[in-house]
Amino acid sequence: MEYLNGGVRIPDLRVDIGPLSLANPVMTASGTFGYAREFESLLNLRRLGAIIVKGISLHPRSGNPPPRIIETACGMLNAIGLQNVGVDRFIVEKIPYLGTLGVPIIVNILGDSLDEYRHITEKLSGCGTVAAIEINISCPNVKKGGVAFGADPAMAAAVTRTVREAAAVPVIVKLSPNVTDVTVIAKAVEDGGATAVSLINTLIGMAIDLKRRRPALANVCGGLSGPAIKPVALRMVYQVAQAVSIPIIGIGGIATAEDALEFMLAGATAVQIGTANFVNPRASEEVVDGIGNYVLQEKLPSVREVIGALETG
Amino acid sequence: MMTQYQEKAVVIRREQLSADNVRLTFECPDIAAAAYPGQFVMIRVGTGNDPLLRRPFSIHQAHKEGLLQVYFKIVGRGTEMLAEVGEGAEVSILGPLGRGFRLVESPACLVGGGLGIAPLLFLARELSRLQRDCGLDTVILGGRSRSEVEPLVKDFEQFGMTVVTTTDDGSYGQRGFVTAAFSSLSLPASCAVYCCGPEPMMAGMNVLCRARGNSCQVSVESVMACGMGACLGCSKPTRGGGYVHVCVDGPVFDAEEMVWNI
Ligand SMILES: Cc1cc2nc3c(=O)[nH]c(=O)nc-3n(C[C@H](O)[C@H](O)[C@H](O)COP(=O)(O)OP(=O)(O)OC[C@H]3O[C@@H](n4cnc5c(N)ncnc54)[C@H](O)[C@@H]3O)c2cc1C
Ligand SMILES: Cc1cc2nc3c(=O)[nH]c(=O)nc-3n(C[C@H](O)[C@H](O)[C@H](O)COP(=O)(O)O)c2cc1C
Ligand code: FES
Repeated sequence: MEYLNGGVRIPDLRVDIGPLSLANPVMTASGTFGYAREFESLLNLRRLGAIIVKGISLHPRSGNPPPRIIETACGMLNAIGLQNVGVDRFIVEKIPYLGTLGVPIIVNILGDSLDEYRHITEKLSGCGTVAAIEINISCPNVKKGGVAFGADPAMAAAVTRTVREAAAVPVIVKLSPNVTDVTVIAKAVEDGGATAVSLINTLIGMAIDLKRRRPALANVCGGLSGPAIKPVALRMVYQVAQAVSIPIIGIGGIATAEDALEFMLAGATAVQIGTANFVNPRASEEVVDGIGNYVLQEKLPSVREVIGALETG
Repeated sequence: MMTQYQEKAVVIRREQLSADNVRLTFECPDIAAAAYPGQFVMIRVGTGNDPLLRRPFSIHQAHKEGLLQVYFKIVGRGTEMLAEVGEGAEVSILGPLGRGFRLVESPACLVGGGLGIAPLLFLARELSRLQRDCGLDTVILGGRSRSEVEPLVKDFEQFGMTVVTTTDDGSYGQRGFVTAAFSSLSLPASCAVYCCGPEPMMAGMNVLCRARGNSCQVSVESVMACGMGACLGCSKPTRGGGYVHVCVDGPVFDAEEMVWNI
């Protein structure tokens, strides 16, 4: 804990994701914060621990037909279809602004082959602004009949290794919850050289429009996010924390500092705020404030005391 | 970049304009001062996790002095909750959002169907403030029946426009759709059409305007999660191929840009 003039205490919120040091454990989740600029008039972007931008692929993708989103009980389903501007336009149009923020920028990447993942990583490694890469392994592997990379330990490890070899920065692997045992995948990517894992991505779900007798989403199925998935996400973070020794970034239904601290108790070193950004664009900054207040109230020397401090038995 | 605000707005007036239609007036100074006709706001109808997402509403009227109005119909749980908000209550409003109408100097014809009337009042006032003759302007207000149209007529008349009304059931004004009323008007080709309403009505207006050589701007709807370009959930296909996002590229578009399924 540091002191300002006049004895005002500043909580120590610093955490490390491998070699990457963050001023605090709060990041924005990919796909829920655009390219950050959309939010610039609504919160102080510089106060975030890190910013993770919308998933980027090698070539631009136009995404799925509408309707792409539907609200469900305490959450929402999305089938955006990974729409993005592609890595080249991202570097030209988005990176310069992001570079001015003075906050670590983490780029979420996706692909449908190992080559594509390698290619994007090489392009991103060339620009200094990128502090880390987060791999979305929930995408289908075209060469393996469309099975998601994240559903198979060998494929998940292979993507991790491929990106790791091409990357000059830390590599975070974002785990899919749509697997039988998430710890198996977590261990595989740890062995593959992942700096950290982040979890969870959305849970596959479905909604039906009874009146029209049709799926509510044009894509039929979509990814469930928001407060509805928090218990599942907490459980998975807890399980993975028992299984790996690399840092974990918790994601899933986090909207308040209390939510974030629960994930940290379960073993997360940092957290990401997703759907909550839509409801309250200031959510991420408010979580930073709330965690700081907690550290002061509990008189903790650092927020790092909270990580994995869950008492069981 | 446009500045947006997330404000705690106080409801200072609640008007039940018909059985299902409510108008709320908020003290909401930052958003009201920055608003432009055709833009919208995202309103949080409750404080809990269900319903989770904000609901989009057109800005019905905004005054630089800090008042902002929305006019809405109760269609589901969110609008039901918003309709129950009492005077004095505080509501979180995000805005102003999106790109509004492009105001042009030529004579204007405003066409609103049902709740599509909502954004046109703000537009009417701003058009009346341009240095131009509003005597040539027309507004066509249509609805299912009297209660959807009549309560708004005076609000438009104050700007000196000719008001034409239609109802599907003939209970007020001309019987029939706004498109029929529009067809029977003799308007100069230079007349700029501003339109908001159900999709079939806007599709019809597109056809009529193209035939008559009138420019036609429409305000369209889509499901929305964020309202500010972050989720990419509010896509609509365009005639040129690809998608636009209603919340940032719109909600106002040139009618001929869009794909209309009639
Ligand atoms: C830019 C924009 C401006 C709008 N302006 C107004 C306005 O000024 N006044 C007004 O009354 N309404 C307006 N709407 C529509 C309004 O947002 C919806 O009526 C509202 O979100 C419904 O919420 P709910 O929880 O009551 O209904 P829900 O329970 O979510 O849905 C009930 C029914 O309404 C339909 N619905 C839900 N969302 C929308 C939507 N966005 N557009 C059309 N139908 C929808 C559903 O399909 C369903 O049939 C606007 C929508 C947009 C996108
Ligand atoms: C609209 C939307 C788009 C998303 N896009 C991406 C994406 O491009 N890449 C990715 O890895 N995750 C994406 N996600 C998943 C989120 O980053 C996050 O893992 C998930 O929503 C769970 O967190 P939450 O409950 O806090 O939203 C998206 C989620 C939403 C709701
Ligand atoms: S509603 Fe989120 S991008 Fe338009």
